[in-house]
Amino acid sequence: MANVFDIVVCAGIVPDPLQTLEPVTGPAGPGVKNEMVLPAVLDPWAASALYEAANLVAKNPGSKLWLVSLGPKAKLQQVMMTVAQKVAFQLVPVDGPIGGFPDAHSTATVLAETISALPGLDKSKLLLFGGWESATRGAGVTLQLVGELLGITDQFQGVDEISPRDDGSFEVLERVEGGKQQVSVCAGAPAVLGWATGNLAEPRNNPQVGMANMRTIMPALARAKKVTLDANGLHYVSTSLPKQQRETRVVKDLTPDQIAAELVEWIGAE
Amino acid sequence: METILVLTHADETGSALTKASLETVTAGLELAARLSAPLTIGIITVDATAAASALSSTGARLLAVSGEAFAQARYASDAAAAEALCRAAKATIVLAPGTSRFTRVAAGVTHRLGGFLDTHITALGGTEAIEATRWFYRQRIEAVLSRDARPWFLLLDAGTHAAFAGEHGAAPVEQAAIQLPRLRTTVSGVRAPEQGQQTIRPDAKLLFVAGAGWTKKQHDGQAHPAEAGKLILGFLHATGASLGSSKSLVDQGGEGEPVLPFLTHMNQVGQTGATPRHAKGLSTCCHGEEPHVVGWRFVGERRAINLDPNCGWARGKADVVYVADAFEVMGKVNAQLKAAKA
Repeated sequence: MANVFDIVVCAGIVPDPLQTLEPVTGPAGPGVKNEMVLPAVLDPWAASALYEAANLVAKNPGSKLWLVSLGPKAKLQQVMMTVAQKVAFQLVPVDGPIGGFPDAHSTATVLAETISALPGLDKSKLLLFGGWESATRGAGVTLQLVGELLGITDQFQGVDEISPRDDGSFEVLERVEGGKQQVSVCAGAPAVLGWATGNLAEPRNNPQVGMANMRTIMPALARAKKVTLDANGLHYVSTSLPKQQRETRVVKDLTPDQIAAELVEWIGAE
Repeated sequence: METILVLTHADETGSALTKASLETVTAGLELAARLSAPLTIGIITVDATAAASALSSTGARLLAVSGEAFAQARYASDAAAAEALCRAAKATIVLAPGTSRFTRVAAGVTHRLGGFLDTHITALGGTEAIEATRWFYRQRIEAVLSRDARPWFLLLDAGTHAAFAGEHGAAPVEQAAIQLPRLRTTVSGVRAPEQGQQTIRPDAKLLFVAGAGWTKKQHDGQAHPAEAGKLILGFLHATGASLGSSKSLVDQGGEGEPVLPFLTHMNQVGQTGATPRHAKGLSTCCHGEEPHVVGWRFVGERRAINLDPNCGWARGKADVVYVADAFEVMGKVNAQLKAAKA
């Protein structure tokens, strides 16, 4: 029997990892200097979740895929110009603040309300996907909270693989300590899967997929609901860049033998 | 007045607490002493009596949820157990180790208790209020934060406190009442490399990072992945170091380029990989670009071997950069290590 899944991927947008980040404090609290103009990408681990979701949909006819993303509408539009060319999905944008400093609990509440209101979503078939942590807040909290708010009590984090079975159940590989993976079998949807890297390479850009996606993405962006996020009693005492800048000794004039001797002594030193 | 609960869990034996749990016990004892607050320690395990023996000298109230259902980590049973302990302890501050077992359930439990959660805490400070330190943007911005709302759950990163090591002895343990939900997930085991083949060693003093240069064409115009693999594994075998990798090297498998078969994405260090804690780190054939180096935030002494004297490591990211061919140097290192052991 074929499986049919309704997959919702929660994915934020983050500054391109090559950008220099500088914290600033404004009236609304801490943020990143010029974050609105920094080049942005889809959150990397959430992007893994999106590619895995699209692969699962392709292998299970009748399945559906939504991408729910909270961020400033203009920034979402920029990022979607690229993401839309990768895989087919229905974008559900929510127009809200950017960055890692807003409270995860407020973010989760907005996402859960948005997902609950998705027309045509069958919660008994729901697989809620996302990254196991974001590249902004990096807390690993939001997706779990969304799952709890939706009443889902089978959750997996650090997922590298999902293997559906004919009876509707699926096997999941989750990362645990020491380079190991826990193997679990879940009876079936609904479930939450916070993805690590997965096993799929980033899909190549496909202009045809991009054009098809953009036909629904632009109207969805135009309709995006604007939200504000409650701080929930969260105060930032300070934000700062790491202070440590090392005085690097660049060694150019030693032979491999001499370098090896220096390294062996260093490795052995307490 | 605050009341503090430290959540702990047993290791795979089911009768001893994990090191990360004992580190959190230390953090809980320190915080309780500073705030003059009562401390409860909650234990999730198969055998509560055995696990609690390590906590007999803490003087804390000990609560447990125990039984075979808690032998393995699973969301539904662990969340129910942690919720039961939190309700029994009525704590305003809940500390827990940031293990895979607790990071899976902490947010859900927090929601059930009507509380708020912050994770990856690296330090607890403050004078009048509790202030927690954590990193944002993958270890690129450090922030100190506080919350008015209670209960406040804080997940502590491993390695930020010394593990509690008191005298073992009999300790009274109260069982917390728990109603397990219907369990739809079965844990069937753990997948790990064969004995002796594991290259990820969190407790190792040294991190050895292999970059994409190991599989690129060398002076003779040929790539030598087999020789690279032999040199790297030889070094790991001789030193007991943990193996990390850059993203570009582990990604090569999906791009049809030569690969080192013992590397997986779990070895990846950096923006989309791990942020391990080791006393020393040696980078080889890796440019030291920012997305990779953010994963080195908690590595103490850093050295790098690279042919490019202007690589990222030379710009204040490493203590020493050796401008040299890593194939030659690591061959000599392995030979010297072998000679030293002979």
